Amino acid sequence: MNTPSLSRAFALLLWRDLLLAYRRRTEMINPLLFFVLVTTLFPLGIGADPALLREVAPGIIWVAALLAAMLSLDSVFRSDFEDGSLEQFLISAQPLSILVLAKVVAHWLITGLPLLIVAPLLGLLLDLPAASISTLLVTLALGTPVLSMIGAIGVALTVGLHRGGVILSLLVLPLYIPVLIFAANAVESAGAGLPIVAHLSLLTALLVLSMSLSPLATAAALKISLS
Amino acid sequence: MLRFFHQLGSPKHFYRIAGRWIPWLAAACAALMLIGLYQGMVVAPPDYQQGDSYRIMFIHVPSAWMSLFIYIVMAVAGAIGLIWHMKLAEVIAISSAPIGASFTFLALVTGSIWGKPMWGAWWVWDARLTSELILLFLYLGVMALYSAVEDKRTAARATAILAIVGVVNIPIIHYSVEWWNTLHQGPTVTKFGAPSIDLRMLIPLLLMAVAFKLFYAMVVLMRARVEVLQRERNAQWVRELVDIS
Amino acid sequence: MTGTGAKFCLEASGLGCVRDDRSLFEDLSFRLSSGQVLLLEGRNGSGKTSLLRLLCGMRQPDAGEIRWDGEDIFRLGPDYHTHIAYVGHKDGVKHDLTAFENLKLARGLAAPNLDTSIEDALRQVELWGFDDVAARNLSAGQQRRLALARLLVTRANLWILDEPFTSLDSRGIAIVEALFSNHVAHGGMLAVTSHHQVQLGDAETIRIDLSS
Repeated sequence: MNTPSLSRAFALLLWRDLLLAYRRRTEMINPLLFFVLVTTLFPLGIGADPALLREVAPGIIWVAALLAAMLSLDSVFRSDFEDGSLEQFLISAQPLSILVLAKVVAHWLITGLPLLIVAPLLGLLLDLPAASISTLLVTLALGTPVLSMIGAIGVALTVGLHRGGVILSLLVLPLYIPVLIFAANAVESAGAGLPIVAHLSLLTALLVLSMSLSPLATAAALKISLS
Repeated sequence: MLRFFHQLGSPKHFYRIAGRWIPWLAAACAALMLIGLYQGMVVAPPDYQQGDSYRIMFIHVPSAWMSLFIYIVMAVAGAIGLIWHMKLAEVIAISSAPIGASFTFLALVTGSIWGKPMWGAWWVWDARLTSELILLFLYLGVMALYSAVEDKRTAARATAILAIVGVVNIPIIHYSVEWWNTLHQGPTVTKFGAPSIDLRMLIPLLLMAVAFKLFYAMVVLMRARVEVLQRERNAQWVRELVDIS
Repeated sequence: MTGTGAKFCLEASGLGCVRDDRSLFEDLSFRLSSGQVLLLEGRNGSGKTSLLRLLCGMRQPDAGEIRWDGEDIFRLGPDYHTHIAYVGHKDGVKHDLTAFENLKLARGLAAPNLDTSIEDALRQVELWGFDDVAARNLSAGQQRRLALARLLVTRANLWILDEPFTSLDSRGIAIVEALFSNHVAHGGMLAVTSHHQVQLGDAETIRIDLSS
């Protein structure tokens, strides 16, 4: 029984999702705009005092990144659910968790990675020191995949629900808190010249943990949601 | 003995057996709570630092213990329901959620009351209270997901996954909040000064802890019976029950 | 197309399904062997789709077992899925991909049929010429035929189909019926629900009416 190799199926699904995103590439802009917009709301809300903004900038940018990640989560399974492709994954000859991993990786490349491109601009808007900006990029690179991985579990649980998006936020935001704490603090510490090895190690640990466990949880949740 | 557990797994027998246990649990719980409260409010001596205001600890600490304990029970029951397809495990899991949420809320309120004389404010983002707040959101998430899914069997299985994911995350969240708190230490000390434990304080604390566990057992059985009736409403034995009353 | 000459058997015993706390069917048993067709009939809402989804392994039965060659399908997992192909109510077709790309993906996720190329499959459902057209620009009937073409690029023995003739015109129906007959004649198996009268020549048919 020669089923196609696991890695080939992974690559194929990854290619498919990237191709689909490319064919709708104008939609990729929306989470980015949201990211920038939310960040600009804060100075408008709390005042433009540069010293204050510099102090709260790491937290603001990371909260905005969290919200942008959450906003774009729905797209990971929505289209496949609606046209019946998701069902086909469930009865595929390939293990579902590998297919899920391919989809979430694609989703991160499409929605998470672009945040890294926009982040330095936001650092400039809030007058973050250079050391902080580079740390910001590192934390985003480590943290946004975790957000995609954990978020995928929430999406899998709510994909079949009417107005699942509202519940999704309630389910997923508490789980995002550790990433927020370690990442925002890393950026703040870097700005103050303090060591950030501990923060980055913790973020890496979260990344490894989520990459290994969340595809399994997501697959289990999909099977339940589609049963 | 094995037959007893097998019978317990059947919704019909569970309904009957649980109904018999509830009055006993109620009596034991009431008794222990009265003794515990008396010991805590009257017999235990005033703390040398906090005076009499520490006494709310006898409600706050057991509530916090219960909030965590119930979440773990909910996750374990959910896992059992998922793996072995035991309907009763699913029912216990979802019946526990509102009780756990209530204990969490109680812990938050009593914690806030305890802190007011010390901090001068109703809330200061203390590490443990913040963790409790996040735990409350985790509970509310479970309850929201359950009510959003129409088919209750699917709902039970989905919330089981959510509870298991939550239980794995709770230590991580707790650790990160502790970490966060030590970094952003305000000018005032925000730790709850745990009074040096006098035996006369420990006894009421443990009595209240046991009383709360009995309370949980009693209420979860009551809720579970209602949930069982709801899920089995098309079954013969439920119809007969309704006809009689 | 199978053509391997191997014989397979799908056996259901004591199947029960509960949906929204209502029992759809209980104690359902049947045996489907190579070359046979299972035809499910019944009113809307009688549980036909649920039964097909049980056979796909998408949902665990509330009672009873399903066995493929003697083994419980849930124990077999992805191994069971190498033997089945499913077309449900929804087509499972990505509208932003071309017909060719859709089949390429379907093949990558299943046990591929190396004797039938994607071009062959598209020709058999009379969609060659539309292979580089985005699926959204195909008519509903053409999209349905594309969904069914998926069956041809896999090596599945058991085809599980929920209302396969939806949106098809008479030409489309004829094409698809020919595909089914061919599959069954070569030792394949079919589990179908349909409002339309399925013409499959003299294929051995097991009928189950879920309304009773």
